[in-house]
Amino acid sequence: MITLDELLRPFEFQFFQNGLVVATVAGALCGLIGVYVVLRSMSYIGHGLSHAIFGGFAVSALAGVNVFLGAGLWGLASALAVSSVTRRRPIGSDAAIGVITTASFAFGLAVLQLGGGADVDADAALFGNVLGVTRGDVWIVSGVTLFAIAVIVLRYRSLLFVTFDPEVAEASGVKVARIDALLMLVLAASILATMNVMGVTLIAAALVVPAVVARMVTSSFSTMLWLSTLIGAVCGFVGMNLSYHLDVASGPTIVLVGGALFVGALAVTGVRGRTRLAGVDAH
Amino acid sequence: MTPLLTLEGVAAGYGDGSVITGVDLQIDRGDFVGIVGPSGSGKSTLLRVLLGSVPASAGRLERPGGTRLGYVPQVEQIDWDFPVTVAQCVLMSRVRGRLLPWASKAEKADVARVLDRLGIGELAGRHIRALSGGQQQRVFLARALLAEPDLLLLDEPTSGVDVRTRHEILHLLGELHDGGLGIVLTTHDLNGIAAHLPRLVCLNKEVIGAGAPHEVLVPSVLEATYGSPMEVLEHGGMRVVVDVPSEAQIIQLRDRSA
Repeated sequence: MITLDELLRPFEFQFFQNGLVVATVAGALCGLIGVYVVLRSMSYIGHGLSHAIFGGFAVSALAGVNVFLGAGLWGLASALAVSSVTRRRPIGSDAAIGVITTASFAFGLAVLQLGGGADVDADAALFGNVLGVTRGDVWIVSGVTLFAIAVIVLRYRSLLFVTFDPEVAEASGVKVARIDALLMLVLAASILATMNVMGVTLIAAALVVPAVVARMVTSSFSTMLWLSTLIGAVCGFVGMNLSYHLDVASGPTIVLVGGALFVGALAVTGVRGRTRLAGVDAH
Repeated sequence: MTPLLTLEGVAAGYGDGSVITGVDLQIDRGDFVGIVGPSGSGKSTLLRVLLGSVPASAGRLERPGGTRLGYVPQVEQIDWDFPVTVAQCVLMSRVRGRLLPWASKAEKADVARVLDRLGIGELAGRHIRALSGGQQQRVFLARALLAEPDLLLLDEPTSGVDVRTRHEILHLLGELHDGGLGIVLTTHDLNGIAAHLPRLVCLNKEVIGAGAPHEVLVPSVLEATYGSPMEVLEHGGMRVVVDVPSEAQIIQLRDRSA
């Protein structure tokens, strides 16, 4: 049986305090952005983008370039490549994402092996690691979260309209392409900022699970937004504590907490959840 | 009077092909126009060209600056599981003028007023799925009306609804038109909807005929539009369009039922 002292012990360490703040804020960030990712059926794009970014991470880490800048540019190039292939050839966007982003991920793994990347903590980038979190990460995740909140508050109406009904939104004067680009920018920045704590292989789950759980218990968009953010933060906080006590990478524990909440929500709201989806209990 | 929309020789489509070609059409303030034609004839594409969401690949489309359009999509295009209530859905059309996410007092009052006008004021807090077909149509009508349009465009507003709801929607549109609103709608329903409208456009890739129902609901125009023979009867002062199956089709049906 674990004692209260043992539970609180990690809070004495600076690295854990940093990790806990980053995991909680990153969870909230992923939960917030995840609402749009889920409702716009962009889960696979989030998954692909996070994998693509690993290629950029590997190259910039070996080349000694700023990882956030290098991986960010790499992610942007991958997104443009997907868009270009989809537009010019008879290939669906899901297939293009599957090919290009997985190839980028594989390229990153190969480069690290061939380039002698022994000093590069690939495991931290792949699966997240509490030890890899620095004070700088706290600032970066907080900055990206504030940026995401600002975008969502100031573009709330446009984002909602485009998410629900892009054709009518465009006809109503909303610049849909601009809003889409803004959302992709926030998504890419979120993936980059949370890479150290979530790991690129598990970010997609951190984006999707809180929003899915929130959707199961509410039929109101505004409620779903704050609830998904809260669920993401709880997953990050609890998952980071579990990571320390179980000595498991932070990414898996955060996602597993989300998975447990999903199962719990399914068990509790099974029938009631379906009733809510039908709107009878909506508010 | 300046027309709200003018199309001259317009072609449009998706990708390389054109769905509609050589369309000439003028919509004036206060018009009430029905676009009819078979499936795949380009009705929805023409409506999207009027809306501006599908660009014209040829010809000229003129819309005076400041003309406000309201659009009611087909109910089949709506994601009914999307987590929005009736009030949240209607408020979407107020996308300009206020940065803050939540509705102002004035906006709440406007939403309540337009919902009351359409007889669904008590449904503001309901999820959009928890409504009947007629109520769902009214929600999207309310969303379009909240933008105070000069012209309302409706894509198949009575598709999939029962007779009573169809009458209610037609009556409602009639009231809005009487209030000065221009309306253009597409419909498959020649007898239930089109025959009641003041002006019709028969479309099959191109405009086959345009005018009042007594001018276009005639066998020659209908056969050219639908590619199959049709008869037009008079009943209570209204035109009733009747399919005329060929002898071969009748024999085939008899053989099946035997």
